[in-house]
Amino acid sequence: MSLPIIILALAGLFFGIVLSIGAKVFHVHVDERIKQLEAVLPSANCGACGFAGCAAFADGLVRGTAKANGCLPGGAEVAHKVAQLLGVDADHLEEMVAAVHCKGGDNEATIRAKYDGIHDCHGAVLISNGSKECQYGCLGLSSCVAVCEFDAIHINANGIAEVDPEKCTGCTACVASCPRFLIDMMPKSQKIFLGCNTKDRGAKVKKYCSVGCTGCTLCVKAASHPDSIKMVNNLPVLSFTTGENFLTSAYKCPSDCFVDTVVARPKAHINVKCTGCGDCVPVCPVPNTITGIIGGRHTINKDTCIGCGLCLPVCEPSAIALWGSLGYTDRERRTTGRFEIT
Amino acid sequence: METFMSLLQISIGAIFIQNFILSRFLGLCPFMGVSKKLSTATGMGIAVIFVMTVASMFTWAINHFILEAYNVLYLQTIVFILVIASLVQMVEMILHKYSPVLYESLGVYLPLITTNCAILGVAMINTGINPYSGSPFTFVESVVNGTMSGVGFLLALILMAGIREKIELADIPKPLEGLPIAFITAGLMAVAFLGFSGMQLR
Repeated sequence: MSLPIIILALAGLFFGIVLSIGAKVFHVHVDERIKQLEAVLPSANCGACGFAGCAAFADGLVRGTAKANGCLPGGAEVAHKVAQLLGVDADHLEEMVAAVHCKGGDNEATIRAKYDGIHDCHGAVLISNGSKECQYGCLGLSSCVAVCEFDAIHINANGIAEVDPEKCTGCTACVASCPRFLIDMMPKSQKIFLGCNTKDRGAKVKKYCSVGCTGCTLCVKAASHPDSIKMVNNLPVLSFTTGENFLTSAYKCPSDCFVDTVVARPKAHINVKCTGCGDCVPVCPVPNTITGIIGGRHTINKDTCIGCGLCLPVCEPSAIALWGSLGYTDRERRTTGRFEIT
Repeated sequence: METFMSLLQISIGAIFIQNFILSRFLGLCPFMGVSKKLSTATGMGIAVIFVMTVASMFTWAINHFILEAYNVLYLQTIVFILVIASLVQMVEMILHKYSPVLYESLGVYLPLITTNCAILGVAMINTGINPYSGSPFTFVESVVNGTMSGVGFLLALILMAGIREKIELADIPKPLEGLPIAFITAGLMAVAFLGFSGMQLR
């Protein structure tokens, strides 16, 4: 009776000993940082980093073939932890989101033909370059929506792809999916981008799109930081490194080409410290928004103020402040529409 | 010549007539799980061939020299699981040390195979009677049986992966998309493999 128990116990003991000896003999040194890195990474195995999952990415980090900010869904938080573990600098890591550079939907852009093929932008482009008169605009056939793993890009009611910056993780999957190269990445901290991609000349653009860029260069002149907007191929190119907020440029654009992801901007307000010097009046880009007599307290028209903040630095007694940005998240300001100042 | 014929009989039988997946219905989990892509299916199949061959060698020896000798054949299942699990662990460690390339390419499939019922199945079949000769499996016969069962496994997996890659692109009714159509396909393939039953090599 005891024989089978002894055999089984001996077999178990034998294999256990063999395995433990084997583990010592065939030990392969694995960098312990790989384990630590794996714990930090989100374990989503999404592959956005270009590696076959988080474990492979951690391996790449240790070998030096992957970048510390390579994990896109993890964002800045994970990048900082990774950088800490690897002992590298993570200062320049900025969160990016996708932006669709077109706002000429069904109401604005001229349609030259009816597209009746498969629901895919690439298919539409193959058939004499799509149904729109504009050869640069968004076709609205959901090729980018299909590749988004995070439900962050949708075709809006106007028939144009629109990115939800809250959901966008910056994985760049949609960038490659657009046959018209309309999507690119911009810093998440920036809220305004150019919603047009046409390289045609102004007169031609006017014929097919009411929100198309005519290349008038008014936005370039309106930018307060030099070099923040440059004209390339009849199209302003925005540089997000100068600290410019592009609010004035967006306001000055006669075709309303710019897209502001914040629906309700804070408004400037002048308090009782105002000495009535009038320095703020000439810097305001919106006519008749700051009014008042020299020597008396000036007022700002809250309906027309665009919240650009240009009047703040010129005010000697610091009587001007932007109201309405406190206590509200970005998302609330985007969705509540008209902002109530209380 | 006679040995060769008997080994050929065992091979044909293991690959086609008694195919592990499509006739014996063993190892269905990896059959469904890793047959989505041809490349992973091939990797899994080769890993199975490898483990089946090594497991056949060891389990035959243990069965013959220990279990039969002490007349405790009822311990087969538990001892075989013990042997296979330790064996796979050991093989994994050796591969990691001496052949990192092979270790990388087999990847996750090697530990996955540990609990694959097809491996235990081939070990159990090797303890029985060789249906072609009517006598118990010899050592060589059992190793050939193990290898060729693995080849049959690989064949079924590659066929399935090839079909599933095509199905991915086909227009399928919504409720049948994914696994349901794969099960239907597997059933039809099993019916097709039934055609081999009764085949005899003389």
